[in-house]
Amino acid sequence: METKAFQKIYTQLVGITKATCSLRAQGVANEELAMVHGRLAQVVKIIGDVVTLQVFGGTEGIPTNAEVIFYGEPPKLKVGDDLAGRFFNAYGQPLFGGTDVEGAPREIGGPSVNPLRRKQPSELIATGIAGIDLNNTLVTGQKIPFFADPDQPYNQVMANVALRAKADKIILGGMGLTNDDFLYFKNVFENAGALDRIICFVNTTEQPPVERLLVPDMALTAAEYFATEKNEKVLVLLTDMTLYADALSIVSNRMDQIPSKDSMPGSLYSDLAKVYEKAVQFPDGGSITIIAVTTLSGGDITHAIPDNTGYITEGQLFLRKDSDTNKVIVDPFRSLSRLKQLVIGKKTREDHPQVMNAAVRLYADAANAKTKLENGFDLSEYDERCLKFAHDYSLRLLAIDINIDIDAMLNQTWELFAKYFTKAEVAIRQEFVKKYWPAEQ
Amino acid sequence: MKTKGKVTGIIANLVSVEVDSPVAQNEICYIYRGGVKLMAEVIKVIGKNAYVQVFESTRGLKVNDTVEFEGHMLEATLGPGLLSKNYDGLQHDLSKMDGIFLKAGDYTDALDYDVDWEFTPLVKVGDEVTAGCWIGEVPENWINHKIMVPFKLTGTYTVKSIVEKGVYKIKDTIAVVTDSEGNSINLSMEQKWPVKMAITAYKDKPRPFKIMETGVRSIDTFNPIAEGGTGFIPGPFGCGKTVLQHAISKQAEADLIIVAACGERANEVVEIFAEFPHLDDPRTGRKLMERTTIIANTSNMPVAAREASVYTAMTIAEYYRGMGLKVLLLADSTSRWAQALREMSNRLEELPGPDAFPMDLPAVIANFYARAGLVYLNNEQTGSVTFIGTVSPAGGNLKEPVTESTKKAARCFYALSQQRADGKRYPAIDPMDSYSKYLEYPEIIDYLNETIDAKWVETVLKAKNYVQRGKEAYEQINILGDDGVPVEYHDRFWKAELIDFIILQQDAFDKIDASTPLLRQKFMLDLIVGICDNSFKFEHFEECSTFYKGLINSLKQMNYSVYESEEFFKFEEEVKSIINERKA
Repeated sequence: METKAFQKIYTQLVGITKATCSLRAQGVANEELAMVHGRLAQVVKIIGDVVTLQVFGGTEGIPTNAEVIFYGEPPKLKVGDDLAGRFFNAYGQPLFGGTDVEGAPREIGGPSVNPLRRKQPSELIATGIAGIDLNNTLVTGQKIPFFADPDQPYNQVMANVALRAKADKIILGGMGLTNDDFLYFKNVFENAGALDRIICFVNTTEQPPVERLLVPDMALTAAEYFATEKNEKVLVLLTDMTLYADALSIVSNRMDQIPSKDSMPGSLYSDLAKVYEKAVQFPDGGSITIIAVTTLSGGDITHAIPDNTGYITEGQLFLRKDSDTNKVIVDPFRSLSRLKQLVIGKKTREDHPQVMNAAVRLYADAANAKTKLENGFDLSEYDERCLKFAHDYSLRLLAIDINIDIDAMLNQTWELFAKYFTKAEVAIRQEFVKKYWPAEQ
Repeated sequence: MKTKGKVTGIIANLVSVEVDSPVAQNEICYIYRGGVKLMAEVIKVIGKNAYVQVFESTRGLKVNDTVEFEGHMLEATLGPGLLSKNYDGLQHDLSKMDGIFLKAGDYTDALDYDVDWEFTPLVKVGDEVTAGCWIGEVPENWINHKIMVPFKLTGTYTVKSIVEKGVYKIKDTIAVVTDSEGNSINLSMEQKWPVKMAITAYKDKPRPFKIMETGVRSIDTFNPIAEGGTGFIPGPFGCGKTVLQHAISKQAEADLIIVAACGERANEVVEIFAEFPHLDDPRTGRKLMERTTIIANTSNMPVAAREASVYTAMTIAEYYRGMGLKVLLLADSTSRWAQALREMSNRLEELPGPDAFPMDLPAVIANFYARAGLVYLNNEQTGSVTFIGTVSPAGGNLKEPVTESTKKAARCFYALSQQRADGKRYPAIDPMDSYSKYLEYPEIIDYLNETIDAKWVETVLKAKNYVQRGKEAYEQINILGDDGVPVEYHDRFWKAELIDFIILQQDAFDKIDASTPLLRQKFMLDLIVGICDNSFKFEHFEECSTFYKGLINSLKQMNYSVYESEEFFKFEEEVKSIINERKA
């Protein structure tokens, strides 16, 4: 952002809070950008001639006679092919040096897609992780978060998913990433030799929290460019959306808004939906898929942030440490991909839906057997077999360090069925049993 | 002369406007942002300042931008051609908009003005008419779309002239009527009505006395909804709210379905767009889309229009009710609408009620539900609007304000339970917590007993009792352990499981099981309750569970078989032999 000649410079603030400042100014447009004391800010409120600006970098040290310059336009991102392979801050300025991106400026947080112009998602995203591909299959154009406690390795799983998914571009929107996690992502992408398809917009914990509000819009604006103009399959990773929501509540609090549940702004649902609903399958083949992280506090999904997220996203993925195998697994009970119905058994092998359901049902029987055991009741012979099955199933399929294709996952599940159960106990449609039940050895 | 004004303040989509002449509460205005017109609605007036909620993003709006007031409230455009349309919340036709992205101020016509309609008059010169009278009809898809005297006209009018049977366009004058003072009014096939007002051009609104079949067993059998009734479906995310609503919209025995997708996922609307044009309506053999109108205001579309969308949908439903049709209105989800009210109330700095919702939320919800109903039209025919809304309770807590307010207004309550959903027991409608007040209406009881079976309601109540007893037994078993209770407790528990698996659970994705006609529901209920009436003797609880598991398996196959097919009876025989063996 450069100042132009003959730009009016204001030098008298009438109010300063921790996140906003206000001044008297004329002819200012809602949501336009400004520079306050060398920090970027955006108009969030105009009452008569009093304009309130949200200062992204925080207002620490801003004096009442600070220089304020209005840019006359909302925040934009220059989009072009040379975004690829680059790292940017929340304002879209390149990190680690390098030249500015050449390209047409595009408004961030732009309009929504006409729902009638969307296409129904139908293309599978393979990740190699059976807990996802087998039980909670992902589809292009889907939006799905990991609901995870802070101690779980969600960023690692997400990086793996991103690299294995056959996406044309992977865009990372990091909000309140620790510097360590940021460097982790950077290293993983570099080592995988995937840098040319990666774009990162990053706000780390070292930077002001309000800046985070720009990150998803920046990432998704870049995604829209590649998905609509280049018809590419774009995967957007947003971590951590809980910190994004926290930033929303900081701003709403400074603007004296009445908080609703869990001190979150009343508009939390709409604010999150604006981000997540950018996930879309376009008719021309381009798509935006969003995989996000929402960190939980002690696994509580009734908190306003995961709760509103759950109503917006198309399912959620839960990670859990399985004490039995000492592996982190994708929890088959609490995880859900709402769009899997569109691809399983259609884009994957015909037996996929039935195998998936049968395995989860038997895994549930094992969980019941475990409860029985813990409560001191006797186990039946069936219970014993269920427990053995659950151990193998968890180790060979649910664990997040698995990397096999979907046919192999199905075959392995059949093997486990045959090893521990009779055909009647598995209760799968007859024609599939005939076709896929492993031959006696 | 239109009232004009200029913008004096902007907070998100709340804009204050200084006006030069009178404005009305809820009046519509347009704000000029450069060359673009943004639609807005007055929601508060203080002195010369009108506060308007803008139905678009206010990005780029400036103080002193000009505003023009329209002199009327937000209105729906009513006329032939509403069916099969996909509208946004303000009734702009989505299919007429250019480009992939929605553009602010891209307002398209609700009706197609260049289409020819085959008009047949139903009145003659000299006839006296009042608002809502049918003056003619045009064929629209498969219904006879009645052209009515505009609802806005009050008093009695005389038909001065009416066009002959023939082909006309919507805006052509098709009749002239005169009022008692001799003033002439030209009527076309189109009329407008303010969406926030109920259309009351009917004679009488009796208590509902018929039920509306949905093909969903846990609704029709256990907690039926009346034609012209109201119901709501609260449930945490992932409990199958949307699947249930889609099932109802596909199967319900209604003439027309109006779907208001209010603040929900765009991909869910896309599913309707993608599927409905291909699905057959089992009763007419035509495509489902031909009887459906969709009002789509997805969660990322402007918030203020979200509130308008449910009213727009209701107005269209009431309009078709005036033609003597059975209309089913579905709104997913009314919580999003309440949240839109909350956002606005918050910006207006109103003192908040519980959970920061506006204080008048219960009243707003009750008024809206009250617009549904079965009515006798002025010509003695009946028409109805049946309304089912979903509620998305925050944190799955049914004690939150939207659920509580809706509970007071709606007569059927279909509580989706997380526990049932976790156990993959779909539909997850909780048989104990849910209720239908209609099951207590003497009119409805008589109707059910006459149309289904003289003992129907008695049988239903008996089944409910079995479920209740089973639940109690289950709690005992859980506390005392399998062998800590008498075997009869297991028998009681498994009888409830039998009803749960065969009557309550239903596979929405199975071709046959997805929809069960009432006749078949009666057959199965009689069969199951008949089984439960037996007192079986078991030595051991495992014997008991094995017996019922086998029974459930065979009965389930019945549900998956074509009704009264060879296969169906084969499984019925199987069931009978299992029972006889046990009795012996």
